[in-house]
Amino acid sequence: MAFDKMELRDIEVWDGNFAAAQALRQCQIDVVAAYPITPSTPIVEGYAKFLADGYVEGEFVMVESEHAAMSGCIGASAAGGRVATATSSQGYALMVETLYQASGMRLPIILNVVNRALASPLNVNGDHSDMYLGRDSGWIQLNAYCPQDAYDLNFIAFKVAENHEVRLPCMVHQDGFMTSHTAQGVKTLTDDAAYGFVGDFKAMNDMLDFEHPVTHGVQTEEDWHFEHKARQHSDLMTKVMPKIQDAFDAFEKLSGRKYNIVEKYDIDDADVCVVCMGTSVETAREVATEMRAKGIKAGVVGLRVIRPFPFFEIQEALKGVKAIATLDRSSPNGAPGMLFNEVAGCLFNLDKRPLLSGKIYGLGGRDLTKKHLVDLYTELQANVDAGKVTTQLQQFIGVRGPKLSFL
Amino acid sequence: MLEIRWHSRAGQGAVTGAKGLADVISTTGKHVQAFAFYGSAKRGAAMTAYNRVADKMIMNHEKYMEPDFVFVIDPALVYTSDVTINAKADTKYIITTHLTKEELVKSQPKLEGKEVHTVDCIKIAQETIGRPIPNTPMLGAFMKISGMYDIEFFKESMVRILGKLPQKIIDANMIAIQRAYDEVK
Repeated sequence: MAFDKMELRDIEVWDGNFAAAQALRQCQIDVVAAYPITPSTPIVEGYAKFLADGYVEGEFVMVESEHAAMSGCIGASAAGGRVATATSSQGYALMVETLYQASGMRLPIILNVVNRALASPLNVNGDHSDMYLGRDSGWIQLNAYCPQDAYDLNFIAFKVAENHEVRLPCMVHQDGFMTSHTAQGVKTLTDDAAYGFVGDFKAMNDMLDFEHPVTHGVQTEEDWHFEHKARQHSDLMTKVMPKIQDAFDAFEKLSGRKYNIVEKYDIDDADVCVVCMGTSVETAREVATEMRAKGIKAGVVGLRVIRPFPFFEIQEALKGVKAIATLDRSSPNGAPGMLFNEVAGCLFNLDKRPLLSGKIYGLGGRDLTKKHLVDLYTELQANVDAGKVTTQLQQFIGVRGPKLSFL
Repeated sequence: MLEIRWHSRAGQGAVTGAKGLADVISTTGKHVQAFAFYGSAKRGAAMTAYNRVADKMIMNHEKYMEPDFVFVIDPALVYTSDVTINAKADTKYIITTHLTKEELVKSQPKLEGKEVHTVDCIKIAQETIGRPIPNTPMLGAFMKISGMYDIEFFKESMVRILGKLPQKIIDANMIAIQRAYDEVK
């Protein structure tokens, strides 16, 4: 093919955005249609530069909005190409209509979402509001905790999404600024190893196969709509997880780096545990270890796969824990919080149910400090000692003003 | 764990400096992290950048830091920002200023009793690179004060990191790093 290979050091110091851009280069994306938005812009900028410098054979399509960006990706994917883009926050919100189109048309597009708060008030920093907004859109959602994950999960995403038994689009989430603009050591794959892992794109029902013409994006009313949606849901519930596990296994064989559908840390004998996502998972692991030195048996459960939701894996991970707190980094605006609700659903039918409380934290990039987590584990231990949740079920962490708690 | 906080103005190169330092340290087998507070900062606005260095994988993503070193690369920030915030008793300060250490401490009493080192990175950058970009000289001063690496090794590493710049800019940066190394007090 007509492109140059790039020599990488075994460990490069990259931020999450550049790690994702490098992964897109190594996967040799055919089409990126993109519109810039902080903090995800450097991903598509990076791809555009690699393209201009002759490191990729592909097309960069500059469009007038994120709605058009995803629409362009949908067209290119339906036409039979390997397609990716990136966005955040308001741009993601504008994409929502087309997210449903992409998944309903079963197009294996990869969307790097650099998680950022949603206005109003406007805020460019990292929280999970945009990520939560798309959780019913029929996409697979993978979650990175650091730049290394953002790099690796892009390869996993293509491998899973493009599998002909899956054929669903996939988001790779990373925390705005805390991952996207934080430089850390990233262990690299060679261009050949990386491309070998994802393999050549194998088109299926592509629009430009003139021997076998097909129609994409059709209308179905009450006669067929439900069957299409049911089949998509059925595939998400039954076919996707095994393919993700296969991809994790193959990736471990290639790189030595092991990913799990649910990332368990010190959970086997844990009395208390937090369930969270993004960079908070790693900070919580460090604090959990420190709590153990103080005699509190603390663990962490991190979601690696958000959709499809790993119902039984979460249930299995948490069933022996005595007190659990879920950490939602998105304002639930009148409800307990996504993780609280989903985890409660996992635990409800157990014979012996752990004590469950939910925390809202980190909105608009507000720091989650180790001190917050020390206090949280201490509170969970108090719940264990009292045999009941000693606080209201929902509390806010790190917000100024009078302490906020509800339910 | 070694932790560093940079005080800078947006556009003076603190983020590039922090990432460059992380890159050099990473090549010696240590784990690194470099990040910054951006907000909607405009060129010239006060901002902070951060480095963490450790022997094992860095899991901590909190932005809160009690730094071992504080770098101030714009002289006025000593007065308009609290460069001593969240500091420890033994935090070391490397501050860009044209003042002597005594004059500096007198003009900013918060620095009294602290380990303060001074170097005029702005002047060095202007005289060598031709622009007031004080990030690389600050790293030269840091090599002297911390004794972290041999200055020749550090300069060689920075040549690689600055690789895409024109040769004469790279050469000027090397002189700037060496001058700050020699001149820091």
